[in-house]
Amino acid sequence: MSRTLYDKLVDAHKVCDLPDGDMLIYVDFHIMNEYTSPQAFSGLDTKGLDVWRPEAHLAVVDHVNATRSSEPHDAASKLLIDNLEANCTKHGIAFYGLGDPRQGIEHVVVPEQGLVTPGMLIACGDSHTTTYGAYGALGFGIGTSEVEHVLATQTLRYKRMKSMRVMIDGATAPGVTAKDIIMKVVQVVGAGGANGYAVEFAGSAVRDLDMAGRMTVCNMAVELGARAALIAADDITERALQGHPHSGQFEFKNENWASDSEAVFDKEFTISGTDIEPLITWGTSPDQSVPITANVPISSDYLTPEAKAALGRSLQYMGLSEGQSAQSIKIDTAFIGSCTNSRIEDLREAAKILEGRHVATGVEAIVVPGSAMTRLKAEAEGLRAIFEAAGFEWRPEAGCSMCLAMNDDIAMDGERVASSTNRNFEGRQGRGARTHLMSPAMVAAAAVAGHLADVRDFK
Amino acid sequence: MKDKQMTKTINGIAAPLPLANVDTDVIMPKRFLITITREGLGDGTFADLRFDTAGGQRQEFVLNKAPWTQASILVVGDNFGCGSSREHAVWGLRQLGIDACIGTSFAGIFYDNARKNGLALPVVSPATRDALLQFANDARAGEILIDLEKRTISAGKLSEPFEMDDATQTSLIRGRDDTLDSLDYAGAIRDFEARLNNEMRIRVFK
Repeated sequence: MSRTLYDKLVDAHKVCDLPDGDMLIYVDFHIMNEYTSPQAFSGLDTKGLDVWRPEAHLAVVDHVNATRSSEPHDAASKLLIDNLEANCTKHGIAFYGLGDPRQGIEHVVVPEQGLVTPGMLIACGDSHTTTYGAYGALGFGIGTSEVEHVLATQTLRYKRMKSMRVMIDGATAPGVTAKDIIMKVVQVVGAGGANGYAVEFAGSAVRDLDMAGRMTVCNMAVELGARAALIAADDITERALQGHPHSGQFEFKNENWASDSEAVFDKEFTISGTDIEPLITWGTSPDQSVPITANVPISSDYLTPEAKAALGRSLQYMGLSEGQSAQSIKIDTAFIGSCTNSRIEDLREAAKILEGRHVATGVEAIVVPGSAMTRLKAEAEGLRAIFEAAGFEWRPEAGCSMCLAMNDDIAMDGERVASSTNRNFEGRQGRGARTHLMSPAMVAAAAVAGHLADVRDFK
Repeated sequence: MKDKQMTKTINGIAAPLPLANVDTDVIMPKRFLITITREGLGDGTFADLRFDTAGGQRQEFVLNKAPWTQASILVVGDNFGCGSSREHAVWGLRQLGIDACIGTSFAGIFYDNARKNGLALPVVSPATRDALLQFANDARAGEILIDLEKRTISAGKLSEPFEMDDATQTSLIRGRDDTLDSLDYAGAIRDFEARLNNEMRIRVFK
């Protein structure tokens, strides 16, 4: 019988069915951070449980740490970081802490270390764990109680989801990136459109992406509600597996990690790659986006009173007017970073725009490389020099930083940020902060222009 | 500690919260996340909606108005609980006294986190949700009753079915500890591991 890639991954990891309708699935690899794991470890202590298989876990500090220095910026964040290290020491779990040359944002670190291969099942207490679908691996975010469960049993209780395929055929135009592709998908499918689904991305526009681009696509699939995102493994995937510290140590060759040609999906979407334009979000949900050449929506674009009210609420929070042109939106801050867009490929794209140009007066521009290794590579390639010459602040340490403002990078009330991150929620980058999501190259363009700008105008 | 008391019904005053895409950043702002315990999160729940920047109550927010200050049920907009995986959002709702959120759709991680903490998330049709919103909007309407066993919601003259998968229903009613229960299957987990060849056993360098 024909099966989807998702079904193959679930079948390969099913331990047993449970009487209540769930199944137990086996977790090959589990990643932890300092803020969603403390209560899981204390749960083990309370229940007198050990870690089932300590060598199948990795802990990375990334969410709360300052990126200006390798020292925690306050006592509360230090407590979280020290607590994670103590828990890892106690249970014999690998820990990449501040100052470790392998430290960085968990979803940047794992591929860099060669810890993901096709056919694996990876769980992590972070919603953007969908990133690993780029490798044909089943990755998904879990809550802290599930972190405890996987520590104690190496399994999770699981329900098979419905399947969705998003087919994106047709070459994208110059200036259109993986970020624009996934922002387009979120716009079309909607912020909750894939709740209950595992989403496979297919089509020539997806196959043409490099691994960094595929990770960006799968990373933000959670913004349409997908609990898992997948791209079939191919030659590009195989090449990306080579040359990392753990390369060759693991392989899962027990299946062809692609959907069978006759596989049937519960839901299908088709998007033309050729028609995608560079996008920006104007609102407070990731599906509220328009092409950079367009205007902010107007009330009559919406049919129901609820939708009109939602538009008004978003515009009020964002400090925008109906019908305002996207390029008239002036910014205070430009931020390049996050698990979505802080890889070396992202920094190269932004640097191309910045070379020989300078950030506009009054704009604060920050770049936080995704990992210590990414930073060193970027510095060796001369990217740091380009960013700094353009007036960007180059952060010496890696972490999530202003993507979710859990460290000391907090945008002020009313501050408007052009951001290469994944969520434009109210308060995400600071109470009252206004986030516009876009590709890293578009952030660079906005930083130079002082307002949201079309990257295609920066030849 | 395996078996807690059975919860077959949930009843209480329901507050209307019709906004769509209420994310876990809004439910639990990040400044409340710098903690290593599950406690003390009640004040953080919806903090930016409940309180102004000076810490004063925002009178216009529904949970600050009688009778909804006593609400134990929320009737919510589409895609409630989207965004970050933070279970703190669910812990905070429970500590605020919320036993159930009724809506048309919930984000997956939030749904699973809710189950682990005894927060019921009945899924209803848009028409039922709208009727319940209308009911909840009426300060004199009275309580809503959620029957977990029968999978029905009663509100005044209204009685409507809701969806909830069997495992979540069982878990909510029985209040079991999933981690301890799953260890009953330790043998099956070991059998599965025995079938993995050497290359399928990840070992992370320290």
